[in-house]
Amino acid sequence: MNSAIKVVKHLAFYCVLLGAWQTVAALHLWPPYLFPAPVEVFASLRAGFDDHTFWIAIGVSMKRMLLGYAISTILGGVLGLLLARSAFLEETLGRLVVSLQSMPSICWLPLAILWFGLSERAILFVVVMGSMLSISITLESGLKNVPRIYAMAGRNLGASGLRLFWSVLLPASLPHLISGLKQGWAFAWRSLLAGEMIFVTLGLGQLLMMGRDLNDINQIIAVMVLISAIGFLIDGLVFRNVESRLRRIWGISPVS
Amino acid sequence: MSVAFELPIDNVTEQVKIHLRAVSRQYLAGGESFYALEGINLEVSAGEFLCIVGPSGCGKSTLLHLIAGMDRPSGGSISLDGEPVVGPGPDRLLILQELGLFPWLTARENVEFGLKLKSYSKSDRRELARRYLNLVHLSQFENSYPHQLSGGMKQRVALARALVMKPDVLLMDEPFAALDAQTRDRLHDELERIWDETGQTIIFVTHNVREAVRLGDRVVVMGYRPGRIKREFRIALERPRHLENVVVARAARQIHNCLREEIEKSTRAEYQDELGD
Repeated sequence: MNSAIKVVKHLAFYCVLLGAWQTVAALHLWPPYLFPAPVEVFASLRAGFDDHTFWIAIGVSMKRMLLGYAISTILGGVLGLLLARSAFLEETLGRLVVSLQSMPSICWLPLAILWFGLSERAILFVVVMGSMLSISITLESGLKNVPRIYAMAGRNLGASGLRLFWSVLLPASLPHLISGLKQGWAFAWRSLLAGEMIFVTLGLGQLLMMGRDLNDINQIIAVMVLISAIGFLIDGLVFRNVESRLRRIWGISPVS
Repeated sequence: MSVAFELPIDNVTEQVKIHLRAVSRQYLAGGESFYALEGINLEVSAGEFLCIVGPSGCGKSTLLHLIAGMDRPSGGSISLDGEPVVGPGPDRLLILQELGLFPWLTARENVEFGLKLKSYSKSDRRELARRYLNLVHLSQFENSYPHQLSGGMKQRVALARALVMKPDVLLMDEPFAALDAQTRDRLHDELERIWDETGQTIIFVTHNVREAVRLGDRVVVMGYRPGRIKREFRIALERPRHLENVVVARAARQIHNCLREEIEKSTRAEYQDELGD
């Protein structure tokens, strides 16, 4: 019942939004090549799917995304572990990681292009640099913030070393870790699209730039809609589910 | 007739389980070192229910941590069955007021945790965990997560998680302090029954003298800074005892008189600390 009301509410909101957009467009305050009508954008969206350009772009981008994200998770995981384990590394390398993390990931692009050329690897590099650091920082703080009592209970019951890590410390820092992975995914997604705009990459980012080159505002907006829809779906389907399951089990309010 | 009487220090003990010789623990606080514990000599017999009372800050929790092997003494030695204690082990399980139940595991999985580390098979683990949850009357809640349980139930899960390991020694650090009176009464009964069935050695730290008299074979009174053993009382009352029983109350009064001076010292020190800030 509640969820039905929710759906209706959302539908109504988007109907009104689209209606308003269509009305403004119909008033011709701006030329249609600057302010298109939603109908046109929708047609462009359909055409993109019909001639498979969008499908291919989504496939190419998601492949890069998964590869880059996997690399960041592994490297970020290792880095986070090292930082959590060693006070020396935390004070030296840790500070550096935090300052590098504050840099927008697109700033890595010039370096990537010089190192790897206009290549697949340059994009991957930007994606990895964009998300790895935030994953390592959250893993580190997650491990550090595990209440001492859990480690004590684990040791008391006979766990030590790697067993203690796997069966106590890691699960105990899971709420932190999930929000870190979610943030890492969001950063990777942003970095990827920025990276893809640079040259002929076949991905969603390039479709945006192609829209600009062809002066096709319909395509630009259609791809923007697509990009935010994909981001929303993954956040909603994957991360939100995992988080709410975790919250149910732990009985906690959402972690930041 | 006196029901609680002082023990001679060099009393003859049967089968010593835990032996502390001249144990001390020094801490540094604000550049100054102080003794949380000093010159602790204590023998605990196998199967004994020993209660330790003392004012806050007297080092009674430190003492438990030392026996558990979570902390090392600065001086002296601790032995269990004649073997020196060098680290934590599932033969000496610590139950704290904040229990450290793992929130990501169900009640049953929490109880199974230690067994898993001992490489029990899945079916053995499950069966043992069920048996011990049954022992603490929590069979219906085996699939609940800790946050879904009440304070008393959590306390019982922690007890089951410790008991399933069949530890020789249970070390309990004010385990019932945060519970309401009814729940605590019931847990006293259950703990006493389980102790009676398993014959484990229990060291039970509390600040509640009546609780100590209710449960202990012997009550050790600790003094404040340096933490040391002030006096010991043998509680020769028939079990089960009741918290409200007149005889229990009288014994508690006697012990409390001995404790009062130390509590005053501790309170004064705390107030001074506050003024110092």
